[in-house]
Amino acid sequence: MRLRRVRLMTPVVLLGAWEVLARVGVLSPDKLPPPSEVLAAGWRLTQDGSLPAHVYESLTRAVVGLAIGGGLALVLGAFAGLLRVGDALVDPTVQMARMLPHLGLVPLLIIWLGIGEPLKITLVALGAFFPIYLNLYAGIRNIDERLVEAARTCGLSALERVRHVVVPGAMPSLFLGVRLAFAAGWLSLVVGEQVNTDSGLGFMMMEAREFSQTEIVLLGLLSYAVLGLLSDIALRAAERRALSWRRGLQAS
Amino acid sequence: MATRTAGVVAARDVRRSFGDTVVLDGIDLHLERGEVVALLGASGSGKSTLLRILAGLDHEATGEVEVSASSAVVFQEHRLLPWKRVAGNVALGVRGADVAGRVSAALGEVGLADRGRAWPGELSGGQSQRVAIARALVRRPELLLLDEPFGALDALNRLKMQRLFRELQSAHDFAALLVTHDVDEAVLLADRLLVLDGGRLVEEIVVPMPHPRAVDDPQFGALRRRLLALLNVPVEA
Repeated sequence: MRLRRVRLMTPVVLLGAWEVLARVGVLSPDKLPPPSEVLAAGWRLTQDGSLPAHVYESLTRAVVGLAIGGGLALVLGAFAGLLRVGDALVDPTVQMARMLPHLGLVPLLIIWLGIGEPLKITLVALGAFFPIYLNLYAGIRNIDERLVEAARTCGLSALERVRHVVVPGAMPSLFLGVRLAFAAGWLSLVVGEQVNTDSGLGFMMMEAREFSQTEIVLLGLLSYAVLGLLSDIALRAAERRALSWRRGLQAS
Repeated sequence: MATRTAGVVAARDVRRSFGDTVVLDGIDLHLERGEVVALLGASGSGKSTLLRILAGLDHEATGEVEVSASSAVVFQEHRLLPWKRVAGNVALGVRGADVAGRVSAALGEVGLADRGRAWPGELSGGQSQRVAIARALVRRPELLLLDEPFGALDALNRLKMQRLFRELQSAHDFAALLVTHDVDEAVLLADRLLVLDGGRLVEEIVVPMPHPRAVDDPQFGALRRRLLALLNVPVEA
């Protein structure tokens, strides 16, 4: 309990120092306005409705991109993990493709897709695809074969073995993949939104930079961070529910 | 061609090799209903391979194998699914009416009536193996295939489990093939002993002692010595 308070000390001290240094003029207000001004900007833009609108735009891109990339990763990961022929058809190609840094594809994607919404959604989907595919595949492959055998001797059909053994067995690894996919998806979104947009948090930041509204640039960063944090918290809660059986293991 | 009664296991000329290594070299095996047979052999003698073939887990073997459709397997490790509660593990694949009632009856029989809601990770080794036995029992098997089921337990738990096995067998009268390397366990539990060596069944001994048996019975000692000699571990008389 005391350590928890100690842990909070460092960020609080840093924020306080930032505020003071900005107020007394050591930090130029153009470069780094005090945190209180960032919060004030946040309040102002929330009141006029522009911040929620931008957050909504960014969130939509993230959700759609994650759904597409994650959905594809689930299908291909299951196909490659469960079937030998699927493994041969899919896995070597995916393993090669993941060596491409997907954010480096931006110029190519602009040529293919233009600079509109499809570009941003594709970037998020690419970012989310690989962690989910790789971890689902590994999760299925690492299931204890002896458990599958035991299920077989209990009279479970192939489909029932998938449902009762493979899916729950691969779940911890899949959750890890989704967690990494969230992080990669957010990162891809940030990059994608720097490319010509007329809405979203990235647009808000780029526009503010042109008018030297540094506090709004910082507000955009803060919003990305908060969204990332909230998605991680939600995922952890889902994980705790889905993997409650592991708590027994950890306790014993 | 069957002149014997239709038993629960009828295997003829079973062969299995891994590469150039012949593990089973023509095994004939017959188990009657309600008969407990212990299969003994040194490590690597192929006894577990034979059990896996009978359990339908090995498709590379040749020969004729007929096994009662009503069979269940208990492995050396409990092999419970960690993400299902104890009752869910026992109920795995059980079909028909009143599954829940049958599950709690089976758990009651192994002395774990109150542990149905527990996760496997919360159980001790002995308890886990009891659940594995309940998972087999709930299927009301005609044949139980056991692969060194008590081998991973400590000595005290093993004695308790051996007694439990006898009780369950006399209550349900299932046939059992017990793969073990524990000579005492074999003599204590089985009606008939088979010794596997070099891929063949080299000896068959019918155990004449009535149940319950005691290790300090003079007949027990004699049988034990004979088996150990067959397994190339001679002991002084």
